[in-house]
Amino acid sequence: MSDVELTPDEVRHVAALARLGLDDAEVERLGRELTSILGHVNTIAQLPIADVPPTTHANPHGDALRPDAARPGAPRAEALANAPDPAPEGFRVPPIGA
Amino acid sequence: MSGAWQRNGYEAVIGLEIHVQLNTASKMFCACPNRYGDEPNTNVCMVCLAHPGALPVANAEAVRQSARVGLALGCRIPAASEFSRKQYFYPDSPKAYQISQYDQPLCAEGSFHVPGEGAFSVRITRAHLEEDAAKMIHAGGDAGRIQGSAGSVVDFNRAGTPLLEIVTEPDLRSPEDARRFLTLLRATVVAIGASDCDMEKGSLRADANVSIRPLGSEEYGTKTELKNMNSFRFLERGIEAELERQLGLVRAGEAVRQETLHFDPATGGLTSLRSKEEAHDYRYFPEPDLLPVAQDPDDLAALAGQLPELPVARFARLTGAGLPEATALLLATEVELAAYYDDLAGRVGDAKVAANWVMGELQAHLNAAGIVADATPVTPERLAGLVALVVAGTINQTSAKEVFQALVEDPAATAAGVVGGRGLAQVGDADELGAIVDRVLADHPDEVAAFRGGREQVVGFLVGQCMKASGGRADAKALQALLRERLTA
Amino acid sequence: MAIDVIGLTAERAAALLRGRACTAEELAQAYLDRIAAVDGEIHSYLHVDPERTLAAAREQDAAGVDGLAGVPIAYKDLLSTRGVPTTAGSRILKGFVPIEDADVVRWGNEAGLVSLGKTNLDEFAMGSSTEHSAYGPTRNPWDPTRVPGGSSGGSAAVVAAGCAPWALGTDTGGSIRQPAAFCGLVGLMPTYGSVSRFGVVAFACSLEQVGPMTLTVRDAALLQQVIARDTDRDATCTGPRAPIEVPEPGRLDGITFGVPRVELEAGVEEGVRARFDESLAIAESLGARLVDVDLPYARHGLAAYYVIAPAEASANLSRFDGVRYGLRVDAPDVRAMYEATRDAGFGAEVKRRIMIGTYALSAGYHDAYYVQAQRVRTLIRRDFDAAFGDVDAILLPTAPSVAFPIGARLDDPLAMYANDIFTLPVNLAGIPALSVPNGLSEGLPTGLQIIGPAHSENLLLRLGAAFEAEHAFDPVPPGLRSAA
Repeated sequence: MSDVELTPDEVRHVAALARLGLDDAEVERLGRELTSILGHVNTIAQLPIADVPPTTHANPHGDALRPDAARPGAPRAEALANAPDPAPEGFRVPPIGA
Repeated sequence: MSGAWQRNGYEAVIGLEIHVQLNTASKMFCACPNRYGDEPNTNVCMVCLAHPGALPVANAEAVRQSARVGLALGCRIPAASEFSRKQYFYPDSPKAYQISQYDQPLCAEGSFHVPGEGAFSVRITRAHLEEDAAKMIHAGGDAGRIQGSAGSVVDFNRAGTPLLEIVTEPDLRSPEDARRFLTLLRATVVAIGASDCDMEKGSLRADANVSIRPLGSEEYGTKTELKNMNSFRFLERGIEAELERQLGLVRAGEAVRQETLHFDPATGGLTSLRSKEEAHDYRYFPEPDLLPVAQDPDDLAALAGQLPELPVARFARLTGAGLPEATALLLATEVELAAYYDDLAGRVGDAKVAANWVMGELQAHLNAAGIVADATPVTPERLAGLVALVVAGTINQTSAKEVFQALVEDPAATAAGVVGGRGLAQVGDADELGAIVDRVLADHPDEVAAFRGGREQVVGFLVGQCMKASGGRADAKALQALLRERLTA
Repeated sequence: MAIDVIGLTAERAAALLRGRACTAEELAQAYLDRIAAVDGEIHSYLHVDPERTLAAAREQDAAGVDGLAGVPIAYKDLLSTRGVPTTAGSRILKGFVPIEDADVVRWGNEAGLVSLGKTNLDEFAMGSSTEHSAYGPTRNPWDPTRVPGGSSGGSAAVVAAGCAPWALGTDTGGSIRQPAAFCGLVGLMPTYGSVSRFGVVAFACSLEQVGPMTLTVRDAALLQQVIARDTDRDATCTGPRAPIEVPEPGRLDGITFGVPRVELEAGVEEGVRARFDESLAIAESLGARLVDVDLPYARHGLAAYYVIAPAEASANLSRFDGVRYGLRVDAPDVRAMYEATRDAGFGAEVKRRIMIGTYALSAGYHDAYYVQAQRVRTLIRRDFDAAFGDVDAILLPTAPSVAFPIGARLDDPLAMYANDIFTLPVNLAGIPALSVPNGLSEGLPTGLQIIGPAHSENLLLRLGAAFEAEHAFDPVPPGLRSAA
């Protein structure tokens, strides 16, 4: 995969996964930009390093676990204060759709 | 119905995915209380609401309990396991990714044996820790039905509750086996104390992967995934319905389509949960906010050593004590009944006698009342008092039934009190019994003549008449003996 | 009294307070006045609440405590502040008010620091110029036609413009060091895991840390003392390995610096290179030894970074879905609401990175991009490990250029990204680096980057103090000197 060229359909597919509603102009622009960026990124694709373990954490010495102690949550009013569409007891969302 | 599901040359292939909500004090990745039934959105914080900047920190107790369950399922507990992000957008998923485990689960490669008639083993693929989703309260539309509802309100109390997902290999061969397996698995998890496994509250949930294949075939057919079978009965019924549906398709020459089906307990029907979307692409990657969980072999050995007696071992113990297999299996797997039985057997000191009472009188009462064993007013202590009176010969079986009923009706009553108050102590005195027998024989000359003419079965009728005359209190054995003595005299 | 806040270090401000030369309230007021006077042009603050600031200052005056209590500070608007709007420079978080403080803010409050406000940034810290803020660009106090760098450009500009004695920034690929260099400041990117990320709006979790942006190396040490702590709310944080010490300048006898000559060939501006060479000469004059080091995989850092950071970001930014907080664009069903909200809420650069990251993690590409990039990351770490077997620290320019004109690189994402080639290998390795000003090129500041092994902050601060004394750089922009 030395040369990647993202087609508009591929861009739309990725945008759908990311739930980004893009208009046609954005699809066209992002297709161009992503092709260029991924072209650069592809310089590492060919490196013969399949036997090298990947690094996922920069500090391997963290505290992995916490003790199981409960404390009260935030007051509901506070939890709901930022809600764009609060109901008395929760967060309202539109229908799931077909 | 026992054994494999095989019809028209096809057999069933079933695997289960079981979600167990762990009963920790706090949630999986934050300190919010892990509690069912509270007011919506009262056990929530920055973390389980996925506010920007929130970070997860894993609950040590959830890891410990998961390892205990894994050990009980015969799993290998790898030295390191890893959390991953499983990405999908849905209003019940506050981060739009679920912290789960992907290629390095906490527990791997186990095996679980279901004893009894038609015993079988199921391989456990893996058991991994993850967080539960929030709850959608759907406005309008039917409860539980998602499509076409008029919007929803999201309650994040459940979001972040620790979930242990147990995945089996497709080793089950009938709906009944699936139920038996799940029943024993539930009993095992409850015995460990990791969860209350209450299907009604959703702390135990099971999905089934179902397919059929020609008998003798080694390949798997196309499988469907069944969801929402929220009781043992529905699990069995749902799988049965799906097997029949697949069989119908195959016999009609149609292909089974890979899909997810929703079981409707009300109608027993299956609805396809078709999504317009392309196949899921969860884009898993290791969770950078959490470190791999290390398991020390010495700690694991200690954990394994501290496990309580598990249902499989109970089964072996109870059959060893002489209980029939069916009884032993029930008393090993019905969690509340098992606890009741252990308590009673300890007090009575005789496994068989205790088992008879639990399987007989107690079960009948529980079924009639529609309650489980830890909800009956007839506590093991009270029942033991009754059993003691029977064993000592103070009362007979007929009176015992009456006393049991009295114990059900009056939670303050004791067996001895009832026996004393109602004068139920049995009549075993030869003079008193002799008087009754003489009177009954005098009242039934025809039957006496018939007996003497060789119709021995008449004795049963006469015993009944004597028992009736004693007000049910007669010592049945003594009565039999006395009656025969007089008739043959 | 009239307090001249231009060029006032936090250390000096603390001394004024402790010597009763002024009250915390008077000091805060002086900064608020300064902000009112110049921030209209610089646009470095996104949120200032004078009443709240003055109330906090009065509280410190009343408490009369010691140390840094009463010294003002500015926080990058990526740091959650309870009860105070936090936008991450994004439209999607407009009006969002956190329900908790970030750990570093909490510790700032515990130390008695008085918040002056929240500073501008590239949206979600994605950028190198602060032009990607949804709330407009910040200007460089040294030259208002130029960018202050980014993404912590607001934090750099407030300190350079005398609108705060110091500030906190975050660094995911150079976002503290590059704006510090562009604005003539000291910036410390701490060892990964030594500072809590709790409450820091996440861009790329495995790469970023919070760090100080200050006028002096000593101030950087003082602020690092406040924020470098273990926490139970960030599993990746274990705090500093040793207490942070405030350094004194001195000689560098016995110190060996590694210089990655090959890296320097890659498009470094002439003036930047000249200042760097002067710094090398200073190092030798102070008794240090210079040796060449080779970091063969560091040159793949840009490619690896532009897979890993967007991949993590694509997941981190999925929570902005219009359900629980922030912007929502109404639509007939949930999916349409998500897509409309996220389309309207995110800017072009953020969308670009979400797209790259989603693509790199998607089925069929995951191994070739994401896993491969993580392997390169391992090799970069090994490069640094090997180098630190031979040298105490590595020297590089912080950025290959000085602050560029506003708008110059907006249309070329790759050129913008390339400005971070010297900084982002450090994030990939999770090691600390300090940027100290080392002069001017075309009248604009340049930075010297000192990179050390994990938990070498005390060494870096000591080295930085030595260079600082020799560079004798005046961190006050000339235009502001006359204004004073």
